[in-house]
Amino acid sequence: MKSVRGLRGDAAIVGVADWKPERKPTGPRQFMLEQWAELARLALQDAGIEAGEVDGLVTPRIGETSNFVPATVAEYCGFEVNLAEMVDLGGANSVGMVWRAAAAIELGLCEVVVCAIPARPTPSDPRDGAFLDEGWIFGASSNRYGSPQAEFDIPYGNLAQNAGYSMIAQRYAAVHGYDERAMAKLAVDQRTNACAHPDAIFHGKPITVDDVLASKMIADPLHMLEIVMPVAGGHALVVASAARAKRTKHRPIQVAGCGERLTIKTPTYARDLLETPVGPAADRAFEMAGATRSDIDVACIYDCYTITALLTLEDAGFCKKGQGLDFVRDHDLTFAGDFPVNTHGGQLSYGQAGGAGGMSQINEAVHQLRHNAGARQVANCETAFVSGTGGVMSEQSALILRGA
Amino acid sequence: MTDGMAKPLPHATDTSRPFWEGLREGEVRIQRCLDCAGWVFYPRSNCPGCLSNALEWQTVSGRGVLHTFTISRIPTVAMFADEVPQRLAVVELSEGVRVTTTLVDVAEEDIKVGMPLEPVFESTEGGEGVLLRYRPAATP
Repeated sequence: MKSVRGLRGDAAIVGVADWKPERKPTGPRQFMLEQWAELARLALQDAGIEAGEVDGLVTPRIGETSNFVPATVAEYCGFEVNLAEMVDLGGANSVGMVWRAAAAIELGLCEVVVCAIPARPTPSDPRDGAFLDEGWIFGASSNRYGSPQAEFDIPYGNLAQNAGYSMIAQRYAAVHGYDERAMAKLAVDQRTNACAHPDAIFHGKPITVDDVLASKMIADPLHMLEIVMPVAGGHALVVASAARAKRTKHRPIQVAGCGERLTIKTPTYARDLLETPVGPAADRAFEMAGATRSDIDVACIYDCYTITALLTLEDAGFCKKGQGLDFVRDHDLTFAGDFPVNTHGGQLSYGQAGGAGGMSQINEAVHQLRHNAGARQVANCETAFVSGTGGVMSEQSALILRGA
Repeated sequence: MTDGMAKPLPHATDTSRPFWEGLREGEVRIQRCLDCAGWVFYPRSNCPGCLSNALEWQTVSGRGVLHTFTISRIPTVAMFADEVPQRLAVVELSEGVRVTTTLVDVAEEDIKVGMPLEPVFESTEGGEGVLLRYRPAATP
């Protein structure tokens, strides 16, 4: 029974594309526009939908232009669209893209929406040798004049992601206590999952809790193996109306519920560093879907760091606040376990292809719900939870997906 | 890519200038909302509590407690390599607002969440000429 307004479940993910993550890219450098087009082709092929049927697109920022981004993508790909959207929610982009596509479809604006996030290296500019991604030397912070980050955070060296997440973890330890072995187990269980996924960057490389704790301390209390491995790659997906979804190649995956929330850019200014925005986002998604936490067969939880996954397990309601480490200790989070989390290895062990990392989590939920996840398939998988996290616990979003 | 780039320093805006002037004079000045009485940091044109544009500057003690910290063993960006291990901190002022800073004059093992802190006005070459760092309070 639905008690909130929202998605009716009349849109479904019908196609996905996953470029195998690579530490050292093997192919030629391509522009993001070129990557966008190729990812779209692959996702549409997976769905069995012709390019001419596309009537909506959702894109992140791309390197080639800072404005009129959707128009540039549409023109390049030859799409004539009724929904032209760009999202700027960092790691929460993927979930944000899916619900925006689903909402537009339910409004009747469009039937077939492509969402793609390219993240392979791009060519350098022959005029000055510059690469498209050089605007990122300050991480997710802006050093432009007038930016609060430029004036009050960056001068102290507080920028990029490691420091912010480590400070959240340190606060967690002070308030709720800390068990570094349980935190490490989050990474270990995901590595076990990666070892069942041939495309994962750490396939064939199992680790132990002691390995995690023996890895280099990057920013106390987080170790190297609790932090994502950046890789090259990219992901795309196609969202279609329920009517169009009936004539596709695979089991359609219904977008049943969604939520999104953000309150700050820099955690310093959060009302409470440990009450993360995924709480209200997940509550809304579950309520919209008419689902409960116990309905979830697989949880694809954004995991740029172990602390991100821990706080999401708590705030999304899978365990009580402050009891996340007990939960991790008491449950087997592998694909074969009693609470499967990030069955593709998570971004920690599958690899984080830049801004596309979060889409690996949606697409993994799709593979699980289609029952084509191979050796890592979760039995009787019908309902999935997916979260997205941008910046430093800033933008957060949630999806409930169901096999239709 | 960042080799040779100068370490980024703050540059005041018309809105924030009294804060930096205060630091140069050895005082911490922050804004308070005349409508909802909320304290405001960082400096803004409008109160983030109620959007009022009636904000006044007040001089405060600048003292606070350590809300959280990390010790970064690798530079957060190459330009900060000379500060490694970086003692990054968030301090909650007595007024309840929080500031991003770094800790000085303290041994690593003595850093504890909740410890009382006092401001250190550190001169810089360039930028606004001063940064607001923190050290353990001489008297609790």
